[in-house]
Amino acid sequence: MSPGRLLALAVLVALAAAPFVPMGGMRQYVLHVVIQIFIWSFIGQAWSLMGRFGLVSLGHGAFLGVGAYTTTLLWNFYGLTPWLGVVAAVLLAMLLAFVVAYPCSRFGITGHYFALVTLAVGEVIRLLLIAERDWTGGSLGVTLRAPGSDASLLAIQYADKRVFYYGGLALWLAGLWVWARVDRSMARSAMEAIGEDETAAASVGIHVTRFKLGITMLSAGLTAIGGVAYAQYIAYVNPETLAGIGVSLRIVFAVVLGGMYVLLGPTVGTALTIALSEYLRVVFGVKFIGMAETIYGLLLVIFIIFLPAGIYGSVAALLRRRRVPAAAPA
Amino acid sequence: MLALHEVTAGYGHFTALWAVSLRVERGEAVAVVGPNGAGKTTLLRVISGVIAPRTGTLAFESTPLTGRPPHEVVARGIAHVPEGRRLFPALTVAENLRMGAFLPAARRTFAETLERVHALFPVLAERRQQRAGSLSGGEQQMLAIGRALMSRPKLILFDEPSMGLAPVMVLRLFDLIRKIREEGYTILIVEQNVRQVLKLVDRAYLLEVGRIRMEGRADELSEQDFVRKAYVGL
Amino acid sequence: MIDPIFLAEAAVNGILLGGVLALLALGLNLIFGVLDIVWIAYVDLVMLSMYLVYFLVMVYGWPIWLGALAGVGLGVVLGVLVHVLIITPILDSPPINQLLATGGLLFFIQSFATFLWTTDHRSVRLTLPIIEVGGMFLSFARLVAFGLAILAMVGLYLFLTRTYIGTAIRAVSQDRGAMALMGADPQRVYIVTSAVGGAMAGVAAALLSIQYSVHPHFGAAFGPITFMICVLGGLGNMVGAFIAAFIMSEIISVGGVLWSTEMGYVIAFALFIVMMFARPGGILARRQ
Repeated sequence: MSPGRLLALAVLVALAAAPFVPMGGMRQYVLHVVIQIFIWSFIGQAWSLMGRFGLVSLGHGAFLGVGAYTTTLLWNFYGLTPWLGVVAAVLLAMLLAFVVAYPCSRFGITGHYFALVTLAVGEVIRLLLIAERDWTGGSLGVTLRAPGSDASLLAIQYADKRVFYYGGLALWLAGLWVWARVDRSMARSAMEAIGEDETAAASVGIHVTRFKLGITMLSAGLTAIGGVAYAQYIAYVNPETLAGIGVSLRIVFAVVLGGMYVLLGPTVGTALTIALSEYLRVVFGVKFIGMAETIYGLLLVIFIIFLPAGIYGSVAALLRRRRVPAAAPA
Repeated sequence: MLALHEVTAGYGHFTALWAVSLRVERGEAVAVVGPNGAGKTTLLRVISGVIAPRTGTLAFESTPLTGRPPHEVVARGIAHVPEGRRLFPALTVAENLRMGAFLPAARRTFAETLERVHALFPVLAERRQQRAGSLSGGEQQMLAIGRALMSRPKLILFDEPSMGLAPVMVLRLFDLIRKIREEGYTILIVEQNVRQVLKLVDRAYLLEVGRIRMEGRADELSEQDFVRKAYVGL
Repeated sequence: MIDPIFLAEAAVNGILLGGVLALLALGLNLIFGVLDIVWIAYVDLVMLSMYLVYFLVMVYGWPIWLGALAGVGLGVVLGVLVHVLIITPILDSPPINQLLATGGLLFFIQSFATFLWTTDHRSVRLTLPIIEVGGMFLSFARLVAFGLAILAMVGLYLFLTRTYIGTAIRAVSQDRGAMALMGADPQRVYIVTSAVGGAMAGVAAALLSIQYSVHPHFGAAFGPITFMICVLGGLGNMVGAFIAAFIMSEIISVGGVLWSTEMGYVIAFALFIVMMFARPGGILARRQ
């Protein structure tokens, strides 16, 4: 076994055992933070599937919101288990992605224009959620109907955070797997050609439309799953945290901070942003509300200027560069 | 007046010019001829500062020019009539000419220079209020040249001025360039239309795949078998 | 059934709103046309100027016109600062990085404003009358804002067509490289453009501050609609942006009366998305 694999295995074992490590009164809090990191990293990975191919979406909140609200409303109004609700959520999100992405690739809407179209889509979903207040509770949001017991597999609601911890871990690993699969597959080289140069890719006979659509729908579906997971965990949904520009940009920032071209980039970025805001919250309390975002808004600008490959991306590139000459025989 | 010494330049990993040395004396008209992709356009872009040379030096009127940005090069007295004309299509003819005199020094003598340009190209006076994009190819080329003259240059760089013009227009264009020459401007011209251009200039350089292959007086060069066969088409 | 007079009132209000939105869109579009960059944080700069107007007028007791001038001044300073500090270092990066950098700036401004001034809504209270015209009730503040917005746009038009540097700005938006060959230092043109774009933001701020209260999420409220207008009009196309501003503001205003404010925006954004597919180059672009 290579040292890399050994390290990965060790990290996995540590992560699996973590909930049983005695942490005094801190356990609930630590679990809470890590669960959030898992879920948002997963969402970040979903975003980066598109982002790394030049499809920068500023409206992923739309898919998040569609996912979270679909399962929540189906459960609250019809008692449909989120296990089935998530299927509906994913299908809806993919449908929305198709409706937006098909004309975009058909009419060659890329770059700025694509970003702004997706931004509009995110706003449409957020505003619709507010406008349909009879169902959605408007900007106040909705609480998931309680299942009546502390642990319900049917409702996916558990009082014990460890359940969500393992669920989040599984989700995160699944996200990494998908990312790696896409990375390795044929689609990769094709999509990269598209990212580099639309016309060149088209002229060598790659079906631009199909690849873009596939990646976009995959990303949307995964994002919807992320939205469902977050809604189940928090047991509350509202338009500001799950749709609209704010959350859409937050996803993008975490990924860019970590680096969107490397497997663990989204995770590193998400972990950093969540850790930073938790740290600032603990140190300064609610008095310094907004301070965490202020700092990472600033960090983001600095990063784009000086380290556009992201923290992890840059470190990884540095390590690779150092390894290559060492490996070459003299 | 202009001296390039062993200039190497290119884009990214691609090297378009290899150790090119070239001189243009005051009052001279010099041509650089050669096939497509020989690096002719790159050569002019290096001179006007659009791209910086990797190695080698440039000097204009005995002061170094290496690595200066385009707007400083223009200020020193070198105007560039770029390949494809690069007019401002949505601006009027008058506005295009005004932009040519962007330099403070040129702005002060604007009215006088404009008169000279209008005398050279009466059509530009007629079409003053027309959008540059609506002119014919020949008129656009005149506007591009007129715009370059507006900066009151000492040296004018022409990049493929005959490209895309009808044969009749090409002859008229070369007549006009000859006229500009006679007004005392120094000229460095890059052309594919070798036969015509060799009639116009004093000296010429032959550029092939980024290297100077030959140089000499225009009449001597056009007598060379090699050039005749390859470029002049005789 | 809705009283037609309400609809008429909404339509007039739509036009009045359109004036200020057009001003915002023109400022943003000017910058885009020259620099090829969408400043996602543009309306957040407007918000900062609005805070300045609020504090000067309500806290320090400055007369409104002086406060408004200061707001314009801050707009100019902010425009130049954004260009020099953020845009200049990444001028040659991929466009998406530029978009994200100004997005980071948006986050920064928004949260720093929350941190400094909390989420309270603050408004410049002027005692301006409501005017009745044929049964419609119109706010005088809006009429004034509309008039001044039109004036500012006329000023911008004259600047771009009658001055040397204004013409150069238009030239750069058509061909960046060629303008450098004319002897223009591109950086200088960019700074003037950013300053003028910032001034437009400052004017808009002054006009908005007499109609709306300012809060840290003001940019999030007006930002998206401003981008949509720019794209709908055709990025960099000033006339298109002007027309698009009125189309969007009418939809928002009339839709708001017919259904709800949110639905007004939903329809406007949905129209934007559909128009994007029908005419990607903007409403005035020729179909390919």
